[in-house]
Amino acid sequence: MRRERSALAAILPFLWLAVFFAFPFMLVAKLSLSDTVLAMPPYAPRIDWSQGLAGLGAFFGALDGETYARLAQDRLYLDAYLSSLRLAGLGTILLLLIGYPIAYGISRCPPGARQALVMAVVLPFWTSFLIRIYAWIAILKPAGVLNAGLHALGLPGVDILNTETAVLLGLVYAYLPFMVLPLYAVLDRQDESLIEAAQDLGATPLSAFWRVTFPLSLPGAAAGALLCFIPMAGEFVIPDLLGGSETLMLGRVIWTEFFANRDWPAASAVAIVLLATLTVPILLFERQQARVLS
Amino acid sequence: MKRGPSAFNIASVGLGLAFLYAPIVILVAYSFNASRLVTVWGGFSTRWYAALFHDAQMLDAIWVTLRVGVLSATFATVLGTLAAVALVRGGFRGRTVLAGGVYATLVMPEVILGLSLLLLFVAAGLPRGFWTVTLSHTTLTLAYATVVVQARLGSFDRSLEEAAQDLGCPPWKAFALVTLPVIAPAVAAAWMLAFTLSLDDLVIASFTSGPGATTLPMRLYSQVRLGVDPKINAVSTILIGLVATGVVAAYLIRQRRRPA
Repeated sequence: MRRERSALAAILPFLWLAVFFAFPFMLVAKLSLSDTVLAMPPYAPRIDWSQGLAGLGAFFGALDGETYARLAQDRLYLDAYLSSLRLAGLGTILLLLIGYPIAYGISRCPPGARQALVMAVVLPFWTSFLIRIYAWIAILKPAGVLNAGLHALGLPGVDILNTETAVLLGLVYAYLPFMVLPLYAVLDRQDESLIEAAQDLGATPLSAFWRVTFPLSLPGAAAGALLCFIPMAGEFVIPDLLGGSETLMLGRVIWTEFFANRDWPAASAVAIVLLATLTVPILLFERQQARVLS
Repeated sequence: MKRGPSAFNIASVGLGLAFLYAPIVILVAYSFNASRLVTVWGGFSTRWYAALFHDAQMLDAIWVTLRVGVLSATFATVLGTLAAVALVRGGFRGRTVLAGGVYATLVMPEVILGLSLLLLFVAAGLPRGFWTVTLSHTTLTLAYATVVVQARLGSFDRSLEEAAQDLGCPPWKAFALVTLPVIAPAVAAAWMLAFTLSLDDLVIASFTSGPGATTLPMRLYSQVRLGVDPKINAVSTILIGLVATGVVAAYLIRQRRRPA
């Protein structure tokens, strides 16, 4: 009986997500099958309710896959698609390589220090994302902080602002807390006696790490990788501010189609393609979270 | 016995934190730079702060952003707490669907969320502006609020609430008088997180906002596109200071309450 009452609490959030999350996706899908026109809103067909069912029929009849065909023929979209996946994939690998030692290091500290360190990792996330990315412009630009430092050391300067390197750096920087936290959560929960047992049985600390700690931390690595990869694939701010004009990512393409070209159907079609690509990672992430909950 | 951190452990944590904080430190330092150039230190000055307080557009954007943040964080926290209760306690059939919706919002690229919400408002004939941004931010932050409250509710001893009900307390009252005070810190944390996410959002606001409802990130973004402006450093430093003070204070209060 009590269970049913708790279910009542679900009604409002459920309705909210249905109206503001699920239903809009259908609109995006519908719009991706529409045509671009010079009007406001800039697409056709629209449902003509005055004609009743006939209007509805005419509406569905006018939907076609023309926009998708257009996207498939243009090299630009394919390039943007591939570089989104490549940069998000590379970023995820780098995050795992950088985030793991940090999470592991924190888990080895005394309990009091651990709490403070976790907070120190999370704190930058609470400050503006846009501002943190903006700070990198001042660091990376040709006459920026990085080059001033390199020159002071007598080293040659580097010019990486507006390149893919800068985008990768920005991705790693912005998503690092999202990688460290899930990793730390599994490492912190690990039973220390397992390591002791391995060492009692003659394992060196290094082999105890590789054969006990590391395999047991893989669920955290998977959670962190998904938590970073999915939003990175659709990232807009980082490629836009740190990348050059040749660094195309799907998030940026959607933005440009929408705001600069006012091509709403194309923006929608790109969004649908991105969403379809991310469906599998999203489902994996949900299964992972469900397992953590139960 | 837990082994202490090795030199490698300390080095990786130290370098990691240096990487996370260096840009923020540089930004704060240069907000006090008298020179307009990033690499030239022209002496300590608060001129960019003074300039900021004379920038009416910027102040207006800050005001819009704060109002959107407070409203959307409040809506999101109420909805998120309800969702967390349902997810932790409900054995109903729609549970996986609700959980699916929550986790999908959490990782959904903002560009997709922004575009789809915009199309909803166009289809519904709602004029874009303050309220459409607020509704959109509620949707964005609702998932985060749910996750935060859910984590706390999961470890809450349900028998306390059941005891209250056995003593004749109606369920909603038992929840409000017994459960809510216990999970209050998590609810407050959820609100804070929702509020900061709303303050921070550029993409969704750009899609769903209209004339007269330019938020601070939108304003900053258009400034950043024009080049580095020291006034942005000043506004960023104020934001960073506010958020850091809030988070550290919340952390210290929690530490003190917890028995050693």
